[in-house]
Amino acid sequence: MRDLAFFGLAACLLAAALAVVTAKSLFRAAFALSAALVATAGFYLLLSAPLLAAVQILLYTGGVLTLVVFALVVAGANAEGAVWRKPVPAVFMSLAVFAVLAASARALPEPAPLRGLESGKDVGLLLFSDYLVPFELLSVLLLGAVFGALLLARKDRPE
Amino acid sequence: MTLANLLVVAAAVFAIGLFGVLARRHAIGVLLSIELMFNAVNLAIVSFAWSRGLLAGVVLVLFGIAITVAEIAVGLALVLLASRVAKSVILDDLSELKG
Repeated sequence: MRDLAFFGLAACLLAAALAVVTAKSLFRAAFALSAALVATAGFYLLLSAPLLAAVQILLYTGGVLTLVVFALVVAGANAEGAVWRKPVPAVFMSLAVFAVLAASARALPEPAPLRGLESGKDVGLLLFSDYLVPFELLSVLLLGAVFGALLLARKDRPE
Repeated sequence: MTLANLLVVAAAVFAIGLFGVLARRHAIGVLLSIELMFNAVNLAIVSFAWSRGLLAGVVLVLFGIAITVAEIAVGLALVLLASRVAKSVILDDLSELKG
């Protein structure tokens, strides 16, 4: 059952990922990306990290996709001419990277007892004890990103 | 479902995203492909965390997701700026810095 879910999710994820890079319309690519992100959330559920799956869908799929679609409406989703520039070297490049990564994944020793992960409560405790300083720094980073994005995208730029 | 299988899936998604980054002509297409690569890395981290029983991996991915959201916000702001200043979001047209 678990293996069946794994292979189904893997097929969905790979198909969606291929659609992201091959779709002619970027709206389609964006929705394929959301499908890929949801499939990854399925993987997180399978790997017993339900908190991550929730964050992935709420923040990532919801937030990022809204931003991307908004930008596509403003900037235009379709380019004239070809979708890709020099696709053949890019295919070779990514195949080479895949070969190296997959070979090293195969060469890894399989950990004998799969330990699995505990509940989301422990993640919260960890986040507010050991990782409290990075957590607070992250809020500063997000604030900086909001200001940066506003500064870059506003219309009345002082020269 | 083994660690090696999970990592191979993550590697495949990463490679597909890399192809998009290298080959897409539209700037937002490149951003979407970057998201795909990032997602593959997250999947690999969670797989390792799952196989070793380390919750710190989950925390790492949570931080990573938040940072990516910041990155995509700034990246899209840059794309909007390019579409207004250079009147184009095709990466071949944005080559003023090329020597």
